[in-house]
Amino acid sequence: MKLDAKIPSGPLKEKWEKYIADSKLVNPTNKRKYDIIVVGSGLAGGSAAATLAELGYRVKCICFHDSPRRAHSIAAQGGVNAAKNYQNDGDSVYRLFYDTVKGGDFRSREANVYRLAQVSSNIIDQCAAQGVPFAREYGGLLANRSFGGAQVSRTFYARGQTGQQLLLGAYSALSRQIGLGTVEMLPYTEMLDLVVVDGHAKGIITRNLVTGEIDRHAADAVVLATGGYGNVFNLSTYARNSNATAIWRAHKRGACFANPCYTQIHPTCIPVSGEYQSKLTLMSESLRNDGRIWVPKKVGDKRAPGDIPEDERDYYLERKYPSFGNLAPRDISSRAAKQVCDEGRGVGETGLGVYLDFEDAISRLGESVIRERYGNLFDIYKEITNENAYEVPMRIYPAVHYTMGGLWVDYGLMSNLPGLFVLGEANFSDHGANRLGASALMQGLADGYFVLPNTINNYLAGQLGNRPSTDHASFDEVEDEVKETINHFLNNKGKRSVSSFHKELGNLMWTYCGMGRTKEGLTKALELIPQLREEFWKNVNIPGEEGEWNQSLEKAGRVADFMELGELLCRDALTREESCGGHFREEHQTGDGEALRHDDEFASVFAWEYQGKGKTPLLNKESLEYENIQMATRNYK
Amino acid sequence: MKVKIKVWRQKNQESKGGFKVYDSPELNSNMSFLEMLDVINEDLTDQGEEPIAFDHDCREGICGTCSLVIDGKPHGPHQGVATCQTYMRSFEDGDIITVEPFRADPFPIIKDLVVNRKPFDKIIQAGGFVTVRTGSAPDANAIPISKEVADTAMDAAACIGCGACVAACKNASAMLFVGAKVSQLNGLPQGQAEKDNRVLNMVAAMDEAGFGNCTNQYECSAVCPKLITHDFISQLNRDFVAATVRKSFKSKPSTAKL
Repeated sequence: MKLDAKIPSGPLKEKWEKYIADSKLVNPTNKRKYDIIVVGSGLAGGSAAATLAELGYRVKCICFHDSPRRAHSIAAQGGVNAAKNYQNDGDSVYRLFYDTVKGGDFRSREANVYRLAQVSSNIIDQCAAQGVPFAREYGGLLANRSFGGAQVSRTFYARGQTGQQLLLGAYSALSRQIGLGTVEMLPYTEMLDLVVVDGHAKGIITRNLVTGEIDRHAADAVVLATGGYGNVFNLSTYARNSNATAIWRAHKRGACFANPCYTQIHPTCIPVSGEYQSKLTLMSESLRNDGRIWVPKKVGDKRAPGDIPEDERDYYLERKYPSFGNLAPRDISSRAAKQVCDEGRGVGETGLGVYLDFEDAISRLGESVIRERYGNLFDIYKEITNENAYEVPMRIYPAVHYTMGGLWVDYGLMSNLPGLFVLGEANFSDHGANRLGASALMQGLADGYFVLPNTINNYLAGQLGNRPSTDHASFDEVEDEVKETINHFLNNKGKRSVSSFHKELGNLMWTYCGMGRTKEGLTKALELIPQLREEFWKNVNIPGEEGEWNQSLEKAGRVADFMELGELLCRDALTREESCGGHFREEHQTGDGEALRHDDEFASVFAWEYQGKGKTPLLNKESLEYENIQMATRNYK
Repeated sequence: MKVKIKVWRQKNQESKGGFKVYDSPELNSNMSFLEMLDVINEDLTDQGEEPIAFDHDCREGICGTCSLVIDGKPHGPHQGVATCQTYMRSFEDGDIITVEPFRADPFPIIKDLVVNRKPFDKIIQAGGFVTVRTGSAPDANAIPISKEVADTAMDAAACIGCGACVAACKNASAMLFVGAKVSQLNGLPQGQAEKDNRVLNMVAAMDEAGFGNCTNQYECSAVCPKLITHDFISQLNRDFVAATVRKSFKSKPSTAKL
């Protein structure tokens, strides 16, 4: 398949303006004739649904939560980037663009990232106007903090709850439209498949989680804003119910899945404490502004941190990356933590942890300043570990946090399936092989508030009257398949719970496709995953019934999709014979253990095309052309 | 450690529920309360019994999905945390722990411990927003807001919409929830234009959904996982009275919902 990104011609700075100027428009009286389905109500979905409805389209927004306020965007702590240069520290649209492309290890699409940097300022304006209580200075102007991978302070924040406040902003805009009757909101509703009619995405099949009812929804366009697929690893910082079902089913209906192996392992999470663990909790990267990361110099040093003298501590990030220090990007910091733990210098009971120490910051600034900046994070840490981080250093370890890969989209955020748009973490386009901190919120809101509302019209303008009826044969077919799967699960009566399979898959993924990946390990994973999947379908046990609330059944569908997606993830990781960003192939590293890219062969997007059950997916490539910057080896030293 | 849980089981909204007692397997005191329910559910599944339905998602105290009344207290024994942030180290070996759903008429039980909190969304839809069309906002620094005002707005905005305030209140009042949102937006310059309509419409939606009135016992703020202060209820009352008075002086009071 030829993947056409449809990037507008002309200078980088003028591409977005040109795109908008050249776009087809839908006149106001026609807008109300279009139905758009938005799946997901996080930052991207919520902001898109609200904005499309404001424009006059008829919007149906669905989410599996009880309320559109719950999506996992809410858990983002640190902040949102924008090229406002309020700090007068040399920031600009170009610098935010460059930092993001460099942070992504030169594996993102230049034009998309530049546009993201361009609209970043509007996001802050929009959210401030909604009443989002951003942190302020005494003069009443907005405050900023710095974040990993940047040498300017461009991150706007609302205490340690920025994601919550931005999401509640989008939720308030969405709620206003629901109240006005322009958005039909369907909570407790899970998308179980995509309906494609004559090659265009024209509808979805859903299950009502309360009643078990299977419903058909036809539309002129379908927007997926369903987040990332990190729960393929089972243990992650994602919400427990986050899943890949919507994007995976869309993939199986023809949408290409791009760069699945680009997964982000966040360096500052609370370490795993036992087998029973259901999720990992992130300690915001913002802590690295003031915390110093270290391990003992000596292997197997079991002394309490306070008993280890200064000259026997290894502040390894400061040592290895003096100019970025503790603010080195996430992929680099995570790998460095893994290295010191592999050397046997990890701390805590399991040896899988490093210290994040605030002693210096507290003696420099006083405890009250640290409390003001990070109080809620220290509280979270205390609740989980029962330790007081004002007195003893935090213990942290990397954990799966974000997925840069996702469905392939063109410059207008449309997938290769016409009529299917993909926003936020669910698409692949802006973060390359590694995402910088405070850029996820930026991208979700950019896509939903400012990009999609200016691109969807290009598709819709030619589609008036093409919306099929839900009686169309394609709906029958897809609904039958959905029901068949559900019946299989409920009648299978096997011996193992869904969770036990999820856990096993997660362990497998983390072992063979986690922070360090090898040809041998990935080949092994590609043998083991299909075996596990086969056992899953034969031996899974789902109690309960169909026509009612059934959490085991919900989870079974999601884990079934993870089983397939996990395999594609490993295949992608095996095929990408280089290291870049969050994808680290141990065979490809520099003498001092840094990621070694092979730009001549791999400066491209890998977009996988589904070929049918049991068949090897087809690899399509979109080559990444950098017209405005030179690809370079990332250097944070 | 091991515990017994005495837990509310109810097949659906129409059926009559009742308590059932289950023994936990061996637990680790560092487990979260929800992880304890996970392992009991694994046992139940293996024994062919339906697992206990309970709401949860982020498991880090921010999404507001988890609920549960644990030994009579919404969100369990500790102040300032949600159920998902409650750990087994807060209980003793051999404890019998009672686990119930949030109980309030406006929150019908869907199954076991899961309740429907849709009326909260209805209240926000009635006025919990600033009307600002995407793309029409002025530069964010064009409206300076003093740090104190912004901080107070943030204190109010920290609400996670879990409904514990309602579950704790003998009147099933939602006034802490409504007060927090009204105080956040009415306290900021951006929220001034719609100040009166906001409070009147939100209170009307609250009443319509069947939530009771506040009789100043403050169980709500005592159980709030975000420790939202009941001062915001006073603010709500003040804004409500002021808006009512101002409306009464207008020749044609607007009843249009925004």
